[in-house]
Amino acid sequence: MTTDKLVDFDEVLTRYEPVIGLETHVELGTASKMFCGCSTTFGAEPNTQTCPVCLGLPGSLPVANEMAIESTIRIGLALGCRIATWARFSRKNYFYPDIPKGFQTTQYDEPLCTAGHLDVEVDGETYRVEVERVHLEEDTGKNLHVGGSTGRIHGADHSLIDYNRAGIPLVEIVTRPIPGAGAKAPEVAKAYVTELREILLALGVSEVRMEQGNLRCDVNTSLAPIGSLEWGTRTETKNVNSLRSVERAVRFEMRRQAAVLDTDGRVLQETRHFHEDTGTTSPGRSKEEATDYRYFPEPDLVPVAPDEEWVGKLKAGLPELPAARRARLSDEWGISPTEMAWLVNAGAVELVSDTVAAGAAPSDARKWWLGELARRANDAGTELAELAVTPPQVAELIGLISAGTINDQLARQALDGVLAGEGSPAQVVEARGLAVMGESDELVAAVDAAIEANPDVADKVRGGKVQAIGALVGAVMKTTRGQADAATVKRMLEERLTVS
Amino acid sequence: MSTLSRKDVAHLARLARLAVTDEELDLFAGQLAAVLDAVAQVGRAGVEDVPPTTHAVPMTNVFRADVVRPSLAPEVVLAGAPAAEDGRFRVPRILGEEA
Repeated sequence: MTTDKLVDFDEVLTRYEPVIGLETHVELGTASKMFCGCSTTFGAEPNTQTCPVCLGLPGSLPVANEMAIESTIRIGLALGCRIATWARFSRKNYFYPDIPKGFQTTQYDEPLCTAGHLDVEVDGETYRVEVERVHLEEDTGKNLHVGGSTGRIHGADHSLIDYNRAGIPLVEIVTRPIPGAGAKAPEVAKAYVTELREILLALGVSEVRMEQGNLRCDVNTSLAPIGSLEWGTRTETKNVNSLRSVERAVRFEMRRQAAVLDTDGRVLQETRHFHEDTGTTSPGRSKEEATDYRYFPEPDLVPVAPDEEWVGKLKAGLPELPAARRARLSDEWGISPTEMAWLVNAGAVELVSDTVAAGAAPSDARKWWLGELARRANDAGTELAELAVTPPQVAELIGLISAGTINDQLARQALDGVLAGEGSPAQVVEARGLAVMGESDELVAAVDAAIEANPDVADKVRGGKVQAIGALVGAVMKTTRGQADAATVKRMLEERLTVS
Repeated sequence: MSTLSRKDVAHLARLARLAVTDEELDLFAGQLAAVLDAVAQVGRAGVEDVPPTTHAVPMTNVFRADVVRPSLAPEVVLAGAPAAEDGRFRVPRILGEEA
C-alpha cells in the first residue's frame, strides 16, 4: 500500500497543469530475433532460443533482420514520420543481468523515424500527440527473483535469467511532451496507446498482447502551477501494462505530485513502478545514477540507409489505417461518430465489419454485437472477440431471422447452442427443433385451444377491443414454447375472430 | 596534455564494475591520460575534406531474411554459466534497481 499523500483529482486541476509523455515498447512479431536466427516463440522452455549472437559470446557477429527494419519504417510511415535516409545502431552500455552482452543494441542519435504525430479523440475532442521518434532496439532477457515472498526483487535471495526474450526486436515509440490536456490528460494517455495499438494491429507488425508484454508503456507525468512558464519535474512510471493502467498511472502521479508540490516539496526526477493491484506507484532507481550509458556507434553493424524506392514501396503497401477505416465504415453503415465510438469502445468494429462482409445488414450486425452478444460477453466476464461465436455464424443467425426460419427469441436459443459448441446456427436450429412453426395442424390446434380456453378475451376481441388479442397471442406463444411466429399467430387469431 | 581526475577514473571504474584501490586511481589516471594524449594526435590530421565515418567498410543495408535457424541446446548454453538453476542462469541477488 502507498503511504503517499494524495490530492483529490479535481482539486489538482484547480492549481496545476499536467504535462504527459509516453514511451511505448512494441515487440515485433518477426519469426526470428533482431540480430540472429533464434526463434521468438513465446512460452518456450527457458534458454532454448539462444545462440552465440544473442548471448553476446566472443566472436559472434550480428546481422540485422530485414523484416524488423521494414516493420519499423512502416510504423514510422503510419505515424506520419520522416524516414531517415541514414540510420545507425548504437551500443547502450550498462550492467544488468538481463542483458547478456553488457550493452543493449539500440538506436541513439540516428533513429529510423522522427517527427510524426497521432491524433486521438477523447469525448469528441481531438488531441494531436506529436511523436518524437520511432527507433529499433533489442529486448532483454527475463529475470525470475527467487526467495522473496512475492517473486519481487526485494527480499529475493538470488535471481534466475532466461535469455529467450533477449534479442527480440523491440520498437520504441516516443512522444513529445503533451501539454494542454488538463483534466483529460489520463484519458488522452490511454486513448493514445489504444489508437497506437490499433495501428500496430492494422500493420500486422506485432501481436500487441499487453498481457504477454508485447506492448509495454512508460508514462511520464509532470505538474506545473497553472500559468507557470516552466514545466515541472517529471517522473517516469514503468511497468504500465494494460490500457486501463495507463490512465490510472497518470491519474495517480498527478494526485501524488500535487500533494508533494502543495507542501513546498520537490518532485524527484525518478523512475517509478506501477502496481497493478493497488493502482499506485513507488520509487525505483534514481535517474541520476543511470544516465551514463556511454553510447557509441555499433561497429559490428553497418548503417541502414533506406532509399526513396524502398520507402516508397513500403508506403504503397500500407493497409488502410484505423482512423480512415472508421471514417469509411461509419459512412458505409450510415452511423454517427458517436455510434462508431461505441463500437470502438466495445471492441466490435472488426466483428461487425466481418459480420457485414459475411452478408448481414450493418444495422442487424451492430444490433447483435452491441446487444445480445455484448450481454453474453459481459455475463461471462470476457471480451466480445473471445466469445465462442464467429462473425460468419452471427451473419448466419441474422440470415435465419430475416428468412423467417426463426424469430429473435428462437435466435437467442440458437445462440445458446452455438456458444455451447453444438455447431453452426443452422445446425443448432435443426438439432434443437427451433424453427418457427408454419401454419401447421399443431399451430392451428394451439390457436383454437387458446380461443377456447379464454372465451372472455375472445369475446372482447369480437366486440372490437382489438388490443385484447395480445393475451391470446401470448397464450399461443406459451403453448408453442416461443416457436410460433407472433405475426402469423395474430393473423390466424384475427381470421378466426373475424376482426377487420 | 590530457588531464583525467581521480574522480573520473573512479566513475569509470564504477561503471565497469571494477574494484580499484586509491593507489590504483592515481596510477590509472596517469596511464589513461597518456592513452588519451596518444589518441588525441589523430586530431592533428587535416581532415576538413573527409566526411565523418564510424565504419571501416563502406557498406550499408546488410540484412538477413527473417528466417529461424536452430538455437544452441540449453545445456550447451548453460555450460558457460558460473551457476545455473532450473534451466536458467543463476545470478546473485540484484539490488536497488527495481522496486
